Amino acid sequence: MIEPILHVTLAVLAIAMIGLIYRLVKGPTVPDRVIALDAMGINLVSITAVLSMILDTSNYLDVILLIGILAFIGTVAFAKFLEKGEVIEYDRDQ
Amino acid sequence: MKTNDVIFQTVAKIVFFMIIFFAIHLFFAGHYYPGGGFVGGLLTSGAIVLLLLAFDMKTVRRGFPVDFKWLTALGLLFSVGTAAGSLIFNVPFFTHAYDYFQLPLFGKTSLHTAMLFDLGVYLVVIGVTMTIIQTIGESE
Repeated sequence: MIEPILHVTLAVLAIAMIGLIYRLVKGPTVPDRVIALDAMGINLVSITAVLSMILDTSNYLDVILLIGILAFIGTVAFAKFLEKGEVIEYDRDQ
Repeated sequence: MKTNDVIFQTVAKIVFFMIIFFAIHLFFAGHYYPGGGFVGGLLTSGAIVLLLLAFDMKTVRRGFPVDFKWLTALGLLFSVGTAAGSLIFNVPFFTHAYDYFQLPLFGKTSLHTAMLFDLGVYLVVIGVTMTIIQTIGESE
């Protein structure tokens, strides 16, 4: 019973991914693209979760947390680059 | 212009420990589940990179007063030492040994010398990644 629902969920997530890719390609400004990439990371988390339910394994749960952490660090690095022009400063108090 | 990153800095302080604990979990689970020294090391350096983003190089260097090049050397020494240690017991190079021990807190635990080799991989990955990032971040 749960199997067809999961497949429909995967299809919906794939459609959402296509919408995000549209925003990634078209996005007029850089922050639009960064937000699209961040949302794509979160979408990948959901796809991995649904896929691990379909494949009936719990070995992908580490991947979910990993993608979440990497998406967070990547988005923060991009945001800092857009704000200050450099990602890692040497001395903040100067 | 002085910016005020109080939200980001507070979040980074909390998330840092979450990432470190997850990395340690991945490192110790590597023998029976997905994970191991490589992913654990990458994630640990990812946590330090998060601190580098939230604060600056000087503050992080004060928090982790290690030269990461020495960490790489220490990891290589661990790996080679684990591999060469088998020669003492008159068995071929890289032969690993394991046994079950009764530890006070964990109960019956299987201790494996492959763990020491994995610790070497972990230290090398942290050392190399942090050396690369600090070298790139330092140049003006």
